[in-house]
Amino acid sequence: MMTTNSIDVPLQAYLVLAAILFCTGVWGLINSRNAVRVLMSIELMLNAVNINLMAFSSYIDGQLIRGQVFAIFVITVAAAEAAVGLAILLSLYRNRETVDMERFNLLRW
Amino acid sequence: MTIASTTQGICFLVLSAAVVFGSLGVVLLPNIVYSAFLLGGVFLSVAGLYLMLNASFVAAAQVLVYVGAVNVLILFAIMLVNKKEAMADIPGLGLRRLLSGGVCLGLFLLLLRVDLTTPWAVPGPSPIGDDATVRIGIHLFTDYLLPFELASVLLLMSMIGAIVLARRDVFSIDIVTGDDVDQALIEKSRTPLLIETPPAETTALETRR
Repeated sequence: MMTTNSIDVPLQAYLVLAAILFCTGVWGLINSRNAVRVLMSIELMLNAVNINLMAFSSYIDGQLIRGQVFAIFVITVAAAEAAVGLAILLSLYRNRETVDMERFNLLRW
Repeated sequence: MTIASTTQGICFLVLSAAVVFGSLGVVLLPNIVYSAFLLGGVFLSVAGLYLMLNASFVAAAQVLVYVGAVNVLILFAIMLVNKKEAMADIPGLGLRRLLSGGVCLGLFLLLLRVDLTTPWAVPGPSPIGDDATVRIGIHLFTDYLLPFELASVLLLMSMIGAIVLARRDVFSIDIVTGDDVDQALIEKSRTPLLIETPPAETTALETRR
């Protein structure tokens, strides 16, 4: 089956959407006080990168879809990162009894 | 303009609005449980965008891994650490938010300029559509075989690391007093190690006086 890319939705629309999502994730990563919300912001940024990869894969590299393979690897690494990050958060919560990022200052000079 | 292209435009607008407002809600809402559920909505909308980009396999993987695993993991973490605590005020928080907002806006304008001024090589070759799953399988077992195997090692390492980090060691006898430890309730409350408490000697002296 031959499929074509949509003319009405250009490549730039996906790129701008991914840029908005990435900048929202960066803002949340800097400003969140709750450590779980920091992990959620990292997931938002990884999803923005994935949207970029998939858009390029469909619009520019339609036959050898290397962007989709990269997106699968990014999803794998994101799942591993979420598991380890939440385990670290749980261990931190047991030792400090807080999830406030401003009070995780053990290694701060 | 045909009906199919109009439908695609409407679908893109609805999904992108869901992604943008959902992500703003994830970052800005005060209740973190609402944020976690909105994050699931953002993941589902991104999966819909993948379907519009002729990638059904990655859309299915997105739903299974992100909505089914990562989002549920985040919800469990919220349940485990959900203690109502009043976060102490920090001087200059509003200024910091404004400054970081300015930095993020600048980053967004930079990305916008790159997105809109670069002459992308479109239209490229026509997408292969439903054969994408077959092509991904061929890629994973020929030229991306080494990253594929490394990903399995990485997943094993992260699984073992998460178990080691998150479990709590329970001894049969207390190593300080030598008494038997109550095994009935493993997740019982315990004095945290690194919390700022007044030294024990002074309080003992005060009670003796």
